Amino acid sequence: MRHTISVLVENKFGVLSRIAGLFSARGYNIASLAVSETMDPTISYMTIVVEAQDEKILEQIKKQLNKLIDVITVTDFTKKSHIDRELVLVKVAYAAKDKQKLEDILAKFVGKIIQAKADIAIIEAVGDQEQVRQLLEALKEFGIKELVRTGRLAITN
Amino acid sequence: MNGARILLESLKREGVEVIFGYPGGQVLPIFDALYDFDVKFILTRHEQGAAHAADGFSRATGKVGVCLATSGPGATNLVTGIANAYMDSIPMVAITGQVGTHLIGNDAFQEADVTGITRPVTKHNFLVKDVKDLARTIREAFYIASTGRPGPVLVDIPVDIQRAETEFIWPETVQIRSYKPTYFGHPGQIKKAAKLISAAKKPIIYAGGGVITSGAHQVLRELAEKIQAPVTLTFMGLGAFPGDHKLCLGMLGMHGTAYANHATMESDLIIAVGARFDDRVTGRLDDFAPNAKVIHIDIDPSSISKNVAVEIPIVGDAKNILGELLEQIKKLPDTSEWLKTVEGWKKKHPLTYKDGSKFLKPQYILEQLWDITKGDAIICTEVGQSQMWACQWYKYLTPRTFISSGGLGTMGFGFPAAMGAKMGCPDKEVFNIAGDGSIQMNIQELATCVENKIHVKVLIFNNGFLGMVRQWQELFYKKRYSFTPITSPDFVKLAESYGAVGIRVTKKSEVRKAIEKAMKTKNTVFVDFRIEPEENVYPMVPSGQAINKMLDGLA
Repeated sequence: MRHTISVLVENKFGVLSRIAGLFSARGYNIASLAVSETMDPTISYMTIVVEAQDEKILEQIKKQLNKLIDVITVTDFTKKSHIDRELVLVKVAYAAKDKQKLEDILAKFVGKIIQAKADIAIIEAVGDQEQVRQLLEALKEFGIKELVRTGRLAITN
Repeated sequence: MNGARILLESLKREGVEVIFGYPGGQVLPIFDALYDFDVKFILTRHEQGAAHAADGFSRATGKVGVCLATSGPGATNLVTGIANAYMDSIPMVAITGQVGTHLIGNDAFQEADVTGITRPVTKHNFLVKDVKDLARTIREAFYIASTGRPGPVLVDIPVDIQRAETEFIWPETVQIRSYKPTYFGHPGQIKKAAKLISAAKKPIIYAGGGVITSGAHQVLRELAEKIQAPVTLTFMGLGAFPGDHKLCLGMLGMHGTAYANHATMESDLIIAVGARFDDRVTGRLDDFAPNAKVIHIDIDPSSISKNVAVEIPIVGDAKNILGELLEQIKKLPDTSEWLKTVEGWKKKHPLTYKDGSKFLKPQYILEQLWDITKGDAIICTEVGQSQMWACQWYKYLTPRTFISSGGLGTMGFGFPAAMGAKMGCPDKEVFNIAGDGSIQMNIQELATCVENKIHVKVLIFNNGFLGMVRQWQELFYKKRYSFTPITSPDFVKLAESYGAVGIRVTKKSEVRKAIEKAMKTKNTVFVDFRIEPEENVYPMVPSGQAINKMLDGLA
């Protein structure tokens, strides 16, 4: 099962490698990882989506993260009320005649066209995991040429 | 003051008495500063020896061990020693030189990404990029190494930082916002633990290296005597409870005593203190102590509920928590029946071996060593059969008298570690129990011992085999002794060629005299005991079995 964890870390040289190294050394899987500075430039914020078969492994992941000297706090969103989002950019095959169809889909879901050329449209979407999944499912009929996504971000509400 | 001098001043402020190390191109400024600096420096013959010596010094004294090496190969040679200290939670600071900051990442001569390489085997590491950060970094390194669950910390210092000048400002305090170990146990949890203990019928105390680190041995003894519970020790815990105490069951696990394993399996309450339920202890996890509830006291929360389900986790320092626990136990459990049962196992399954062959028995040598020293010595070991016999056949009465590579199982650890232990405890007799395989892995340190008059006594159990692997091949690979027969130099002549003393023993009647002679000799001594070639370590729990499914070797 996937769990979203956020980690506040010292914004120091090598800290990403400490986190990534911990996951690989202990055989845990990272599904996605997003890192950025916070308002305090000495602190970075990481949102990690981890794959953990059971509660015991999730507990170990959190404890092991906490054990790293550069980790300030670890927050597990699993049992916390929160909002999560990810940003995706999708390049789909596109012809002018499909315009209405594509716009209908985008109106129904969370995307918008940010650039349309003769045969290609670039779509941007921001949504939670399910919204993004539904959008991508619907776009399949156009043919997805390229897809990039940020990984999940989460915040308590 | 330049960086090199700041480093040494900082080490002095941390109370460092001795540094083990080896010079090289990227630590020249540090060695230049060492030339007339007031700290003892021991030049080893290999950086691995320096790391193990710092580790052995730390295990024997409880202080932070320090080793120093140059960049690249010097630093990579430290890695095994650092990993070894990490697995056994030994406080150590490793200082390495690095190529100049402008060359980092350039594949420069003798460059290696040492902070990268050591990240998974250190508690923390630093690359110092500004000489102004150096003193504070050293302060933090010692603080991190020695607090919480201790461990090795590496500080990588580029050569230009060693040369750079700045004012030396020693930070009086350390504040690391992201690092705050827990020392005091949760009072509610301690109360619950006390209740569980009062209600137990068959409690057992399972104590590990954390008891020694925390200095909790005295209060552990008070607890055991108060609640009349038998005590079993992990490998790392040997010495945490007196080996000759009537409640002591010795070591448990793969080569533990049968009675320790039976008592653990049959117990209804395991009080785990500073131990981590490692696979060599639990055997098959699904079958481990099926009727036992577990109270787990450990300073490292990630050690709790990692392998075994725990009823009452208590995070904190063992000494504090056991002290609180002692006060909270109002009603004593009645363990008289349980102790009788345990006593029965002790009588029925004692440690034993068959004597009477024409060869020396390693167990006999250790019995003699015990009889001569009565526990008043530091026993270091290498890894393998000789190590396991040393766990079984010698009684460790006090903490820090048994020094051995536990988690990593590093052959070649014992000799340099003994050297470090002797530096830390010059008035103690220090032995290294070795095999003919292991001793050859860091044998170059003979020169270091002789040069610095570090009089370590090495007892080599010479059986012509890499014995522990041979034992597994005998038992599980149809005696196909693939690359385990091993030849060795003449250890007597070898010792003599270094200016040490060599003694050869082939007869039982010579064993005691040889040990006594080694102790009297004011020099490093190698005693070459020619032992039974195919002697096995028993009892033995085959890998992946429940720990009460022992082979006793007597059938």
